[in-house]
Amino acid sequence: MKPCIRNLLLPLSLIALVATAPATRAEGEDETAWNTGLKQKLFADRPIVEDQTVAITAPYRAEDPALVPLQITSQFPQTVEKYIKNITVVIDNNPVPFSASFDFTPESGKADIATRMRFNAYTHVRAIAETNDGKLHMAKAFVKASGGCSAPIGADIEAAKARMGKMKFKLDGDKLTLGQPNPLQLLVSHPNITGMQMDQISRMIQPAHFVNEVKVSFAGKPILTAKTDIAISADPNFRFYFTPNQAGELKAEIKDNLGNQYSATQAVAP
Amino acid sequence: MAGLGACTLGIGLALLGLSPSTQAESLSLQEIAPGVQVHQGAHQLPDTHNRGEIANIGFIAGERCVAVIDSGGSPEQGLALKRRIEASTRVPICYVINTHVHPDHIYGNLAFKSAGVRFVGHHKLGQAMAMRAPYYTERAPSQLGFQLSLEHFVPPDLPVTETLDLDLGGRTLHLTAHPTAHTDNDLSILDRKTGTLWLGDLLFMGHVPVVDGSLNGWLAEIRKLRAVEAQRVVPGHGPVVAAWPLALTGEENYLKMLQAEIRVAIKEGKTIDQAMNELGRSAKPDWQLFDEFHKRNIATGFAELEWEDD
Repeated sequence: MKPCIRNLLLPLSLIALVATAPATRAEGEDETAWNTGLKQKLFADRPIVEDQTVAITAPYRAEDPALVPLQITSQFPQTVEKYIKNITVVIDNNPVPFSASFDFTPESGKADIATRMRFNAYTHVRAIAETNDGKLHMAKAFVKASGGCSAPIGADIEAAKARMGKMKFKLDGDKLTLGQPNPLQLLVSHPNITGMQMDQISRMIQPAHFVNEVKVSFAGKPILTAKTDIAISADPNFRFYFTPNQAGELKAEIKDNLGNQYSATQAVAP
Repeated sequence: MAGLGACTLGIGLALLGLSPSTQAESLSLQEIAPGVQVHQGAHQLPDTHNRGEIANIGFIAGERCVAVIDSGGSPEQGLALKRRIEASTRVPICYVINTHVHPDHIYGNLAFKSAGVRFVGHHKLGQAMAMRAPYYTERAPSQLGFQLSLEHFVPPDLPVTETLDLDLGGRTLHLTAHPTAHTDNDLSILDRKTGTLWLGDLLFMGHVPVVDGSLNGWLAEIRKLRAVEAQRVVPGHGPVVAAWPLALTGEENYLKMLQAEIRVAIKEGKTIDQAMNELGRSAKPDWQLFDEFHKRNIATGFAELEWEDD
């Protein structure tokens, strides 16, 4: 047992919370949701090892719960012999814990992914990586969603709706470096409306409307394929790698849950 | 964790021994112009101690009607404001105006709900309440120390699309629904009789501005607001009254600095994480609650400005 004095450092809010709301006392610090059904639902009985295959970087305190930068970094390069096939991101205490699933290939170069997500509560976020030998590896982080006036929805839905489907690639220096992993950013404009609301309050309801599939290819070969859900922030943003061996065309194809499809291409050269 | 719980329980209960509604019971109001009364909120993060009662709230009284402007950060503060109004005037409350959706401005609404009281807000306020209510409701017990239900979110039954004049008897309030700025549902109130402009959170003083709408939009509104003829302004956070339009300067400078630095960071190919950690640190001495809100302002601004050339 830790000495009691340490508790004096706790914020007042947490102290009062412990006293007034024992039912929510844990505020996500335990892993009940994961251990009592979530893991089973998403991965059945497959063993998952917590190891260093991937590292997850998330802020301990989410400054804006609508826009939490999340970074998953693989600890080895992608080769044909050994690579990460998939990374699934789970946010335990979100209304929809399954947040995204990213498929990588050896052409990805590095199975790194950075994106922005919504956090509804104090919660663990976990990245489960499947290596090409079929084994599952996990890294996790704890995130405290910030307080105040924020909410995990987009700040300006109308602006995102007005340019819905627009996409941009951003390549470092605007040119390729052949034979090694190149960092690439894909920006997608989409309001990504969660559909979480109390319909009784307003007649102007906003039904769920979000990007649920992202496919990125280079020179006809897939480099990133993702299934995404409502945890992805408005105007989805993905940073990842690909390894080009010649000039070619980047292509992004996205779909949303209402059946809309958008695509964008960009020719890139060394 | 078990040890931690046992230790903190005692401290927590001792704290609860103090009346949680101390602030609401002693709600202080200052008359900043004839018939215009404002309660000053403190620059604090909402928590279980202050119960989210942190915004400037108040009312304007005419000969026939009182208009409440922002109902408070808790149901109790709403009640306390209502009692203070009833004790100070026999003129009935006809309107509750919400300047925007944030909890510290709307959680007192229910206290005023009765026949003859109209709720007034930006035409997007109802939608914003509906979208935020599930999250706000879930977090209120742990964050603010009270339970909320659907009933506490009283949406406007008098929505304002562009402008609306409310006749209070002997004075008319001119309401303006703004395009996305601090939030996507900001409403300002001009009392022409005394030249008092009530801006809600379109104006922060002392408390660092919080961008929960659009950085570019807010700066555009500030430029337009400068043309409003008024003697004085009531900010959503800050003193109960300030000189107009001088009061805008600090906020405008901060937002312009954010806009300029974020634009450079995007041009240089910086990531949102880098921007959040690096930008605008020099403004810290100028503002209270800087560490609590500055990074989120960068995040919101960054996500917006990534698209501004499209």
